[in-house]
Amino acid sequence: MSRPITVYVPRDAAALSVGADAVARAILAEAEARHLPVRLIRNGSRGMLWLEPLVEVVTANSRMAYGPVTPDKVAELFDAGFLEGASHPLCHGPTEDILYLKHQNRLTFARCGVTDPLSVEDYRAHGGFAGLERALALSSDEIVAEVTQSGLRGRGGAGFPTGIKWKTVLDARADEKFICCNADEGDSGTFADRMIIEGDPFLLIEGMTIAALAVGARQGFVYLRSEYPHAAATLRDAIRIAYRQDWLGEDIHGSGRAFHLEVRLGAGSYVCGEETAMLESLEGKRGMVRAKPPLPAMEGLFGKPTAINNVLTLTSVPVVLARGAAFYRDFGAGRSHGTQPFQLAGNIRYGGLVELAFGVSLHDLIYRYGGGTASGRPVRAVQVGGPLGAYIPAGRLEVSADYESMAEAGAMLGHGGMVVFDDSVRMERMARFAMEFCAKESCGKCTPCRIGSIRGVEILDRLAGGGHSEADLALLEDLCAVMAEASLCAMGGLTPLPVRSALEHFPEDFVSGRTA
Amino acid sequence: MTIAWNAERAGAIIDEHRALRGALLPVLHALQEEFGYIDAAATPLLASALTLSQAEIHGVVTFYHEFRRSRPGRHVVKVCVAEACQARGSESLVEGLKARLGIDLGETAADGSFTLEAVYCLGNCALGPSVMVDDRLHGLFHASRLDGVLE
Repeated sequence: MSRPITVYVPRDAAALSVGADAVARAILAEAEARHLPVRLIRNGSRGMLWLEPLVEVVTANSRMAYGPVTPDKVAELFDAGFLEGASHPLCHGPTEDILYLKHQNRLTFARCGVTDPLSVEDYRAHGGFAGLERALALSSDEIVAEVTQSGLRGRGGAGFPTGIKWKTVLDARADEKFICCNADEGDSGTFADRMIIEGDPFLLIEGMTIAALAVGARQGFVYLRSEYPHAAATLRDAIRIAYRQDWLGEDIHGSGRAFHLEVRLGAGSYVCGEETAMLESLEGKRGMVRAKPPLPAMEGLFGKPTAINNVLTLTSVPVVLARGAAFYRDFGAGRSHGTQPFQLAGNIRYGGLVELAFGVSLHDLIYRYGGGTASGRPVRAVQVGGPLGAYIPAGRLEVSADYESMAEAGAMLGHGGMVVFDDSVRMERMARFAMEFCAKESCGKCTPCRIGSIRGVEILDRLAGGGHSEADLALLEDLCAVMAEASLCAMGGLTPLPVRSALEHFPEDFVSGRTA
Repeated sequence: MTIAWNAERAGAIIDEHRALRGALLPVLHALQEEFGYIDAAATPLLASALTLSQAEIHGVVTFYHEFRRSRPGRHVVKVCVAEACQARGSESLVEGLKARLGIDLGETAADGSFTLEAVYCLGNCALGPSVMVDDRLHGLFHASRLDGVLE
């Protein structure tokens, strides 16, 4: 019997959603029936989601990609000799040479889809824990300085410099400090947090441990949304393994430094992605937004200084430490340094995750990578940055995807998700949906958000019902201004963004009598 | 599979979690996992174990969409109604599921077979429309596939 051939079938939830488990079973059954030794590894996703389930076969020179594989194609693939990397209509050649992947700047997602997510050995063989090992030899000030110099900014949407946030927590005097990872990835069109947690969970553990060393925390929490049961299971497994191998616990790898990490699940509340609502939720309360100040960096979880960072921020930290601030800083555009994992979603032909330096145009992302719509109809609008993000019309996609350029264009990058709509979209409905979503998800603490969103739905219903009037349009604009200016947090404050952008760019949809 | 409400078992679950800091959400999740919902009878037990008022417990249970206050159907179908799935036709999927199950969003079938719930985003935004059936995620979904995925 020859040496077993290694075959990768993803365990990522997106791959599972289109039958990866059944494909894995079919491959094992077929290999057994043919007496061919196969070693099956369940990896994360490469992020080329239209190819899922993407099966990879390890050959002498490369990993050959086959996808999308269905169980009924497995026997045919064996007949064609796919275990030797033979050609087949589903074969895309070596995975690394697929253009979608080849030209990406995979810094954060370097290992995602490449390794076995729950193997520390695999993680280390691909450069994992190098950042933490360096951090263990540095002082807290030195770690903070490195992260500050890298130019890393919060990937959750606000883009606040990470090093400055950490410095505030480091300088706060308290008997106890916390690191909280905001993994409440509630924005429609985003799945990067889920993918990296399922595909490379030790990276988040490493990033959080470095953050803890930087600010002087001994305890961390990952606040993960309950809609991600696969990610929760993977992360909890990874944490158990990390404890067992001394990458977490009282004595991290013989350094004498301690860090403990726990996963806490949300419960279907979008507003808990707002950092102070998240803290309330972690404390076991209703997810009611807190007034700021005090900043969480001064008085956060259980009243203690707390560094709150998004998953993509924390998972960018290890490469900053491992390769140095200058290396990371050299990627990007203007004051947006490093890379952003963009997520192409909705009605898009080649949906998936594209990690690139800031500065790529939305047009390139949607057309060069995304290939336009899945339906084949023209793109009409792209919502960038989640349900609180602006709708950008097809004619204005030349904008550069970085924090400043997006803000100038009256939009925001948010978590880097792009939801594409074709020309069948009814923008007056999307505007109504934005208000309705806010009404459902508002924590209720401030009036502009709690009541304003309901009034917004009513006005948009009147407009849609043929009661189009200049007075209602003026009232809607007035309402949007109040919500934007007077809401306590981004929930009510940014809901006007999709509404106003829909009104501005697609006024024809708000004229009564328009038919579908 | 969930079991019928049982105060003794609920008490044991609460005891397992009460020492956690900010224990209420973890314990509510554990109760819902065991019983499928949070029975009203859990409120005084939780209040006493966690030194909170019953109003506070009620406030938390009702704040979060995920927590149910009545027993769900044997299968729970969560259908994504957020923007990315809308762009991929979730509206007709929702109509198809409602017709197939004979219930509206947020309802449980009279025979206790199904509960249909709307959710905002399952993180499968490039392969929508998406549903989660009993914690299993399905993409590129059509209502006609429901019986198939239950097998």
